[in-house]
Amino acid sequence: MEALFAVTLGILSASGVYLLLRARTFPVVMGLTLLSYAVNLFLFAMGRLTSGAPAVIGRSAEYADPLPQALVLTAIVIGFAITAFLLVLSLRGLGELKSDHVDGEQR
Amino acid sequence: MNHVLVLPILLPMFIGSLMLCLPRLSLATPRSLGLVATVLLLAVSMYLVHLADQGVLHSYALGNWQAPFGIVLMLDRLSAMLLLVTAVLAIFALVYAVRGDDARGKNFHSLFQFQLMGINGAFLTGDLFNLFVFFEILLIASYALLLHGGGAERVRAGIHYVVLNLLGSALFLLAVGVMYGITGTLNMADMAVKVAAASPDDAALLGAAGLLLLLVFGLKAAFLPMYFWLPRAYASASAPVAALFAIMTKVGLYSIMRVYILIYGEQAGSIANLASDWLWPLALLTILCGVIGALAAVTLQSLLAYLVVASVGSLLAGIALGTPQALSAALYYLIHSTWVTGAMFLVADLISRQRGEKAGKLVQGPMLLQPLLLGALFFMGAIALAGLPPFSGFLGKLMLLQALQPGYQALLLWSVVLLGGLLTLVALSRAGSTLLWRTGLVVLGSAERDNVRTLAAAGLLSSVLLLVLFAAPVLSYVQATAAQLLDLAPYMQLVNAGETP
Repeated sequence: MEALFAVTLGILSASGVYLLLRARTFPVVMGLTLLSYAVNLFLFAMGRLTSGAPAVIGRSAEYADPLPQALVLTAIVIGFAITAFLLVLSLRGLGELKSDHVDGEQR
Repeated sequence: MNHVLVLPILLPMFIGSLMLCLPRLSLATPRSLGLVATVLLLAVSMYLVHLADQGVLHSYALGNWQAPFGIVLMLDRLSAMLLLVTAVLAIFALVYAVRGDDARGKNFHSLFQFQLMGINGAFLTGDLFNLFVFFEILLIASYALLLHGGGAERVRAGIHYVVLNLLGSALFLLAVGVMYGITGTLNMADMAVKVAAASPDDAALLGAAGLLLLLVFGLKAAFLPMYFWLPRAYASASAPVAALFAIMTKVGLYSIMRVYILIYGEQAGSIANLASDWLWPLALLTILCGVIGALAAVTLQSLLAYLVVASVGSLLAGIALGTPQALSAALYYLIHSTWVTGAMFLVADLISRQRGEKAGKLVQGPMLLQPLLLGALFFMGAIALAGLPPFSGFLGKLMLLQALQPGYQALLLWSVVLLGGLLTLVALSRAGSTLLWRTGLVVLGSAERDNVRTLAAAGLLSSVLLLVLFAAPVLSYVQATAAQLLDLAPYMQLVNAGETP
């Protein structure tokens, strides 16, 4: 499972970085989204990968660390809000600057 | 537990939320609410400075969950000092803003309070993930404040700013994740204990996480490879916002001091003093890049923004040296540079408002309505920024230069800082003579004159004199702060004391 997880994270972040470097606002937003997926999964994995273990102590002998799950939730909420803001800002930029380049100039 | 510790976060949060619930018809209520809240914040910060100056660390367990399990707020001299610096800056910026700048967009006053909440929270928190959360709060508010007033230039700067900071947040989470995965804690003091006791196998991973964090803080503090977003953003923001943003780079510098002195400090074994090898050359190069940018700037606002970069370089040099003398010099210079930069952004706006369409462009323009008054303010600020006597910039730079014994390092620092000061002076005198002397003979009919705005700018600028007049108490405070920062044992005991039996 570890190898699969690592490869998934690698593909996600590589695609994210590639899209980010496209320097057009829509690919940049998509790239940041993919990157934040990778980051969230990574944070989740920092509680160690186990399957079928509850995040509550006492239900079973083995339990998952609940803290990274809480961190991921916080990170998702924040990331979601800022991505929404960035989308609106990009649309505004498209209207005001007449260009979807992140520098706001026609290339 | 002293509940006052949480007030600098709760007060702006509640006032800011209250303003959102009020009817939006008039600006009078949010204006007075905002001013009252900021004055209260100043009073609270003064009390906290008094409390911190007793030399004991104070911690506040949120929800009474004891450290290291719950989130704690931590008050030491450094955080109290920065709270006070923020509150003073905020009052003058807000007084300037209520004269009309706040009416150029919606919800200015709520956003201003949320921004203060984020900044205060970042200074107070003792938890690494909580630091991330407060960074996000202050960033979200700053995105909206930067765009306040609208216009193509702000949108252009805003997109860069948001994208870069979103990327920074992703890196921050990666670093925090790695550090949690190895140490199993997020409390900074507890993490310092765990890092000191970490096995050599984990040192490489911890070092990688530490350098990732340095990248994130570097983006906020704006030093060399990461400062390119700053000049455009600060130059395009409206004046009160740019003035408030003078504290934003200091949040990054504060985090660098906190993390690299406490967690990656002397005790961290093979990764001890991880950052200082990187910070030292970057600091000197940042000073040079900042002043070169200032020389090439075409508007007064972007000139000032580049001087922010240069001042970050000087501060970083003090932090990288890490000796008590260098740190206290850096802290004194931090207070000075925050206030004087904030004041100069206000003065620049006062000048721009009397130049019609040419605004802050460094070209020949119409005669100013108040050439003597604005000229005097500009002159005072320029001398302080360039680090000439008799103002506080001189004292700060002198202390930084004296912090080094003669040698190779001193040679580098002296030549870079002094050259930086000279070039700053050249840039500012060129700008000043263009704006104030190379003028036409007629005053524009559209020139604005507002005594309250002038008073706000002059009030904040008077700090350069006050910091010299009251240099003795300020210096003894910053020296005590540096000593407290370098003495790690009390921080570590904070966690043990909180552990429930």
